[in-house]
Amino acid sequence: MTQPSPTKGGATGDRTGRFVTQPNGHVTPLSPHMEVWRWHVTMTASILFRATIIAASVGLVILVGWLGVLAFGPEHYACFLDLAGSPLGLFVGFGLTVVLFSFILNGARHLTNDTGAGLTLKSANLLSNIAVWAPVPLAVLFWVVLFAAGRVSL
Amino acid sequence: MVQLTLPKGSKPAKGKVHKAAPGSKDVKTYKVYRYDPEVDADPRWDTYEVPTSDHGPMLLDALIHIKNTIDPTLSFRRSCREGICGSCSMNIDGRNTLACTKGWDECSSHNITIAPLPHQPVVKDLVTDLSLFYAQYDSIQPYLQSDEPDPEKERLQTPAEREKLDGLYECILCACCSTSCPSYWWNQEEYLGPAALLQSYRWISDSRDDATQKRLDDLEDPFKLYRCHTIMNCAQVCPKGLNPAKAIAETKKLMVAPSRKKQAA
Repeated sequence: MTQPSPTKGGATGDRTGRFVTQPNGHVTPLSPHMEVWRWHVTMTASILFRATIIAASVGLVILVGWLGVLAFGPEHYACFLDLAGSPLGLFVGFGLTVVLFSFILNGARHLTNDTGAGLTLKSANLLSNIAVWAPVPLAVLFWVVLFAAGRVSL
Repeated sequence: MVQLTLPKGSKPAKGKVHKAAPGSKDVKTYKVYRYDPEVDADPRWDTYEVPTSDHGPMLLDALIHIKNTIDPTLSFRRSCREGICGSCSMNIDGRNTLACTKGWDECSSHNITIAPLPHQPVVKDLVTDLSLFYAQYDSIQPYLQSDEPDPEKERLQTPAEREKLDGLYECILCACCSTSCPSYWWNQEEYLGPAALLQSYRWISDSRDDATQKRLDDLEDPFKLYRCHTIMNCAQVCPKGLNPAKAIAETKKLMVAPSRKKQAA
């Protein structure tokens, strides 16, 4: 690719030679971006997806821990179940369910986009709104069903 | 690299306030980014209070009015004043657009922020250095490449083939889309950005062009094409109503098309 010749990095570690020392002795300033941008739901969905992936990685560690305690015998496993059934454990479980639904909905959004669909402004807004707002009510519904079925109790 | 805040020397300070004459009616406040490399140590926000009756309906009218009557040192690019040349692209009221086609009455409040295109080197005031943007456009070889010998007249297309270029050829290279994209903000030295990729797809879609596979080969890179995460800011802000995100998605589909895989094998 034809690009301006690289120079020693400026204010942003730039390699394109666009940030140079000005007559006032300062390096060319970088124009404002996050400071001025008016946020949009498609941006929220995108950043939430990244946050979700990080949170899901934490959930994976907990999942491995759950399986791991099995190896230490029934006493340790019962201890883990007590912890998971405590208010704190249920809170973490609820959080991970939100993460899971967010992951699924955002993944579905990206899968749709990868087929070339859902990329009009209207449909992108709709899909992003679903991915941002639906995980919490879905998780609540999921836990209501668990409680109603007697699978979980306080 | 992700850089959420501005580096040292780029953070604008509070600047001068140019008050409207006492008793003025329908006053709009324009908060304008200012930086003069020959005078200023750091950028600043200057504020101009202007009665809307003093200038025309567009933001460009307001800027020209400010330059003509309040502060002649204000710098910005402009030419056609009708959305064709793409010169007056800037960030207005939090979104990139053309100052000549954006009405001040379309802005959400009486305080309108006017900044240069985001995350670019500032040459002066609202003028940014777009050399990388143009180099990226150049890199996609935006011209017809045909294996056929030159015809006596023009190269013909069917109406259906020509229709495929609608929504692609209208780009005026204003850079609103590329500089609206967070992926481009963080990776602009590697990621080609929405404008260059839209134009790349414009030539890939052209029935008269025979360099499709070569064009796709050139995009086969972890950054050039695949940094698009369908954030959709590009389509939100395009002053011509184009959809670079859709063009990028179509290019990604072509990358894994069975015909291309067969050819690679």
